[in-house]
Amino acid sequence: MKQFETVIGLEVHVELATKTKIFCSCSTEFGGKPNSHTCPVCTGMPGSLPVLNKKVVEYAVAVGLATNCKITQNCKFDRKNYFYPDNPQNYQISQLYLPICRDGGIEIETEDGTKKTIGIHEIHMEEDAGKLIHDEWGENSLVDFNRSGVPLIEIVSEPDMRSADEVIAYLEKLRLIIQYLGASDCKLQEGSMRADVNLSVREVGTEEFGTRTEMKNLNSFKAIRRAIEGERERQIDLIEAGEKVIQETRRWDDAKEYSYAMRSKEDAQDYRYFPEPDLVPVVISDEWFSEIKDRQPELRTEKLERYKKEFQIPDYDANIITSNKRLADIFEETTAICKNPKKVSNWLMVETMRLLKEHEMEIEQITFSPENLAKLIQLTDNKAINSSVAKEVFEKIFSDDIDPEAYVEENGLKTVSDDGALRSVIEKVIADNPQSVEDYHSGKKKAIGFLVGQTMKAMKGKADPAMVNQILAELLN
Amino acid sequence: MSLMGLTAVSLGKKIRAGEVSAIEAAQEAFASIEKKEAAVNSFVTVEKERALERAKEVQKGMESGIYAGLLAGVPVAIKDNMCTKGILTTCSSKILGNYLPEFTSEAVLQLEKAGAVILGKTNMDEFAMGSTTETSAFGVTKNPWNTEHVPGGSSGGSCAAVAAEECSYALGSDTGGSIRQPSSFCGVTGMKPTYGTVSRYGLIAYGSSLDQIGPVAKDVTDCAVILETIASHDKKDSTSVKREEYDFTSALKDDVKGMKIGIPKDYFGEGLDSEVREQVMAAAKVLEEKGAIVEEFDLSLVEYAIPAYYVIACAEASSNLARFDGVKYGYRTEEYNGLHNMYKKTRSEGFGTEVKRRIMLGSFVLSSGYYDAYYLKALRTKALIKQAFDKAFSQYDMILAPAAPTTAPRIGESLSDPIKMYLGDIYTISVNLAGLPGISLPCGKDSKGLPIGLQLIGNCFEEKKLIQAAYAFEQTREYEHCPLA
Repeated sequence: MKQFETVIGLEVHVELATKTKIFCSCSTEFGGKPNSHTCPVCTGMPGSLPVLNKKVVEYAVAVGLATNCKITQNCKFDRKNYFYPDNPQNYQISQLYLPICRDGGIEIETEDGTKKTIGIHEIHMEEDAGKLIHDEWGENSLVDFNRSGVPLIEIVSEPDMRSADEVIAYLEKLRLIIQYLGASDCKLQEGSMRADVNLSVREVGTEEFGTRTEMKNLNSFKAIRRAIEGERERQIDLIEAGEKVIQETRRWDDAKEYSYAMRSKEDAQDYRYFPEPDLVPVVISDEWFSEIKDRQPELRTEKLERYKKEFQIPDYDANIITSNKRLADIFEETTAICKNPKKVSNWLMVETMRLLKEHEMEIEQITFSPENLAKLIQLTDNKAINSSVAKEVFEKIFSDDIDPEAYVEENGLKTVSDDGALRSVIEKVIADNPQSVEDYHSGKKKAIGFLVGQTMKAMKGKADPAMVNQILAELLN
Repeated sequence: MSLMGLTAVSLGKKIRAGEVSAIEAAQEAFASIEKKEAAVNSFVTVEKERALERAKEVQKGMESGIYAGLLAGVPVAIKDNMCTKGILTTCSSKILGNYLPEFTSEAVLQLEKAGAVILGKTNMDEFAMGSTTETSAFGVTKNPWNTEHVPGGSSGGSCAAVAAEECSYALGSDTGGSIRQPSSFCGVTGMKPTYGTVSRYGLIAYGSSLDQIGPVAKDVTDCAVILETIASHDKKDSTSVKREEYDFTSALKDDVKGMKIGIPKDYFGEGLDSEVREQVMAAAKVLEEKGAIVEEFDLSLVEYAIPAYYVIACAEASSNLARFDGVKYGYRTEEYNGLHNMYKKTRSEGFGTEVKRRIMLGSFVLSSGYYDAYYLKALRTKALIKQAFDKAFSQYDMILAPAAPTTAPRIGESLSDPIKMYLGDIYTISVNLAGLPGISLPCGKDSKGLPIGLQLIGNCFEEKKLIQAAYAFEQTREYEHCPLA
């Protein structure tokens, strides 16, 4: 039986986090009323002209630097010509001849720990298209140009990946880098990160690549994994049946777990690229270039090292916390206030993760402020509240970002540290539970646990357990 | 004499002095339009009511000091490829026959700020593609000197309207000679500024890297004043240039002493009408007598300008005109079956023959496998042509040439032979390829009584030299009103 190898390259589109569009000053905000974020430029009105948003260049350069690319300091835009109603000018302003970044690569690590570098062929800047909405009743289609002109970068990898695992590892890494840069939120579901998979198979040991197909419409990592596996099998089946793989674009239907041919190379479009005459070449001066470099934030690897050194938290903690930029930001901001990195890390890794899972939320959806988490930690450090109360308070912080000091005060949750009051409650507990006292004295030291529990119950949880233990021991002996 | 027989600056002066009002000036313009349009057909759209309202507003504004410039209250006609908010802007094409822009082009805004009163929109070759104003979907414009002849193009409507005295002055656009050649055919003065001087925002693009808006008027003074008004650094146009100064009128001096003027021998060879040659050489003599140093030289590469131009302009046009698809605005075919059929029918019905020819030519030269052989080669040729001009301008202050090889051809003569028509652009086209300024002004007439234009070409940003030399030449002649005026 023949052994086959999968060869995969990715084209990843990332929507940049600029406030305004790439060639006009319309808002990029998601979800406005149709055509409410439009102007003559992004609707292709005759006589309108594009003006480049400099922030797009800065983000593209930042991503290029973070992925070890060479930056084209004198780059240009080109027009890609094709007719489609979501494309108001019937051409897309993109980059073909001189893309802004070239020849880079990032190192990935798959779950089994193997490390590998995935080459990045190029990164180019371009504009997004509008959206077609098909009228379900009539025979009309409507166009919403709110997305038209939203800035994108397309990151084109080399065909260096050999499995779905590698693809996912590459995408995760890319996403993390871009999120760290603040260049995009990279949400696959919302389309701010989209990946097209170019895949071919070849017999193990062959030098030449097989015929590849391009798969579109992959909206989640799971879909990408299934599509890769499905397409690999489809191509192998064809080859083994003596048929040929046709170079074509296919659309993945994740529900049916099958891909459908969209267009083959024979009727592929000729995009008639040529240099965009309405824009001047983008010249990134040495000054501008070094400004962008200087503003480059700390990326994950550097952050990881720093956390271990500066905060002396375990590798395990540092790994998890730096795996998400938002989480790392919360960690640092909270630690800066309460100066207790290990406790902050614990709250994030245990309670926060538990609540996220419970509410089916993403880390990006966290709304609580570092100030309130820091206050909570300080309350526990001062023994003003005990750990079970703290957990209860944290749930309120997590859901409503309440001020824990005020909340504890208002709800009377403060630990009772008045020795006399606690002492009389314990005396009563001892008097009410002679059996447990006897058990304790007869050597069943565990019986003290029951008495602690009874005390806490009587105190409505507001006692410091250490103090309860201490007084109990004193009174029993 | 009618108020429209005055230059824009003289009329502006009378309005400011209170001798006539802006309203009277506009009324006279419309009286002239009503009298002559049937014969000339310079306009696609005449906006009488709106213009008279505007004239009232400007008149009031002048009295209260809002408008104080030289052009305040003076009626102007705008070529129909510049967007005017609320006024039809058709590019003389069926496909934009119903198009009402939602914004006004920057050049027109600059005029409005100066108190201009817009009379209407002038006819042109469809999408500025042509040299005769015969390819308009709204009828042929006729040459006011002889209505059996074309006015030239593509700004034929603007030039005819100025010559026929239907307006005081007009704006045109020049991609390969579209201001200078019709100015020459109509006996008026027209100027194409250095690329980037006047904002292209709102100018419906033909060849984006070549298009430039400029003035059409009765004399050099008007042109300098209009240019000073419309030139600006516009952030909405990335190709707009921030110039060191925007003063052009200070060059209106009758002095050419010591100016070095080069005459490219290559421009005076085969294909040049002998009467045109005679008059243009006579003009050179006049400048020489006034103290200029006139020399002949070899410009070289002249024969490559036309093919390079048609490749670049058509390539850009094929993409620029893609947006006219029946989806968002403009004409859409009545009946269709699905999207592709709608595209096909809309564009087949909406565009005229010359436009389709250029879209096809442009699409061809950009298609894969041909890009290097045509488009890239044309870009290289463009760069070489620029170098040839750079060399010339290292020796000369300006170049003197005819604006066109002949006087205005008869209507119907040109379209049957497009290659011949394209060859008529030989003296104007390289100026656009190199981004240079050029001016065309009357220097005589042929034996048929048709005007001949003298063209002066300057180095980038050296409009002032052109204005000065043209002004000095103009002082030796009287402005000749055309018979129809």
